[in-house]
Amino acid sequence: MIRLQNVRAGYTTPTGFVGAVDDVSLTVEDSEILGIAGESGCGKSTLIKVIYGQFGGPLSLMAGTVEAQFRDPVSGQLVVTGVARLRDLWWKQISYIPQGSMSVLNPVTRIATQMIDGLPDAVRARGRQALRTEVEAFLAEVKLPASVLDAYPHQLSGGMRQRVLVAMAAFFNPRLILADEPTTALDVVVQKHILLLLVAIQRRQRNALVIVSHDLGVHYQITDRLAIAYAGKIVEIGPTRALFEQPRHPYTRALIDSLPRLGDRTPRHGIEGRPPDLANPPTGCRFAARCSLVHDICHRVSPDLIERTPGHAAACHLA
Amino acid sequence: MSAVSLLSLHGVGKIFRRGGLFSRGRIEAVRDLSLTLPAEPSIVAIVGESGSGKTTLARMVLRLVEPSAGSILLEGRKLNGRRAERLPDLEFRRRVQPIFQNPFEAYSIHLPVDFYLFRTAINLGMASDQAGAMPVVEEALRSVGLGLDRVRGKFVQQFSGGELQRIAIARALIPRPRLIVADEPVSMVDASLRMTIVNLFTQIRARSGVSFIYITHDLSTATYVADRIVIMTKGEIVEQGAAAEITANPRHEYTRLLMDSIPRIGARWAELGEQSDTTA
Repeated sequence: MIRLQNVRAGYTTPTGFVGAVDDVSLTVEDSEILGIAGESGCGKSTLIKVIYGQFGGPLSLMAGTVEAQFRDPVSGQLVVTGVARLRDLWWKQISYIPQGSMSVLNPVTRIATQMIDGLPDAVRARGRQALRTEVEAFLAEVKLPASVLDAYPHQLSGGMRQRVLVAMAAFFNPRLILADEPTTALDVVVQKHILLLLVAIQRRQRNALVIVSHDLGVHYQITDRLAIAYAGKIVEIGPTRALFEQPRHPYTRALIDSLPRLGDRTPRHGIEGRPPDLANPPTGCRFAARCSLVHDICHRVSPDLIERTPGHAAACHLA
Repeated sequence: MSAVSLLSLHGVGKIFRRGGLFSRGRIEAVRDLSLTLPAEPSIVAIVGESGSGKTTLARMVLRLVEPSAGSILLEGRKLNGRRAERLPDLEFRRRVQPIFQNPFEAYSIHLPVDFYLFRTAINLGMASDQAGAMPVVEEALRSVGLGLDRVRGKFVQQFSGGELQRIAIARALIPRPRLIVADEPVSMVDASLRMTIVNLFTQIRARSGVSFIYITHDLSTATYVADRIVIMTKGEIVEQGAAAEITANPRHEYTRLLMDSIPRIGARWAELGEQSDTTA
């Protein structure tokens, strides 16, 4: 559905180029829930922007290709779209739930205006009243009352605002929904409701969902496949359950081991050190400086992401 | 007779006024709350969601907010009420220290972080000048696994969130307090570093005899580190007990809801059914 090949993307800053995504190849399959996990600054949000084709400002694609393949809803034919035209697919085929529901919605405009005025001209031609009825029906599906449409964002709770964003993203029945940390600022009870809602929509619409979260528990709960990002690279990717049961990369293993389990007081340890500076990344494996299994080769040669068992790949000399 | 408890709250309440000067709107953030911390060093976790009143409780214990009702006693001496009756400020700050949620906002970008360490030592009477404060600061940094040369002359932007939170703990340790109140100390820190911070609480309790009030929304780290768990919702304590007892046998409906909502590793939510493994 979406194929990234050897993508290098990053930000131009006054102090130099920061390669937030470095030589990443990734495929998003039809009808799957793919998770992307990693620490802050590992490039996971940038990766989502690359998949969405949202370049501009300081973010640019330096190398590699991004290609989308969708079936045209009218003719039923497969249409291949390159990175330059991904923007044409926004909302209808690919939609995006950005991070931070409070800062994404316009604080001085009612929800109805934000939902309806943001629609493409062809859709708005159906008439405001007809559209409002359609939107109300859709809101009911995400368990929001119609009165939400007349509210301003600050009058809604964090969970309701997040539901509004989910509704906006799913309204056109897109083939792919990208969600960047959709539950980070929410309480654990509300978080569960939003995650269950995202899964329910994905199952009903039979589309693909890519979810970015730093919380491995979230990925364990809802994803089919999981990619672990570290310092701009994907260091491991595979079926979620296999990845948790048999992590291949020392970073994945350390991440999983560092998490406390409810009611378990077995001593657990954080990962010492910090990720490398992406403006000046080290040669060799980027995790080498923090890795407990490090060998000489790790400092010299950057490991490739190699499939170890079907569908499960890791970028480690020792995997 | 047992020793005087470290901290005791009796019928504590807090009402905030809402709206403008003439508004009659009120929010009861904390209601009739009673809680005791034993004289022996312990870690007590206060767990609840946003709006549960847990931060208001922490701020009342830190004397940043005056309770509207009830009394708070530290080793039998009053913390709230009339100035003449309560524990003097300097004595209070030597005994009770805070750690705040956002390590990036806890320090000025214009001052090196070691300034805060030396200033705390001098202000709280641990030393009369910078040279005299040196051993105190070094000892505090050592107990969080940092050396003075890592910190000296460096600014907030030169540290990770985890390091800043360790420095915040070191600063809190300088007056050798009896109690540290940590308000969501790891929620802004990467998951990979959280345990490094939380483990320090256990080490410091054992080594220095400091008690902790650990305010968090995360029941998993709470059950990992705390001796006792207090569950709050809507300004009230709904359940409290030993950490093992709460997880093994949650009695209140809200505790069960919190536990059931945690995205655990190893057991999927019942609502999701079995995993549809598209890649198998």
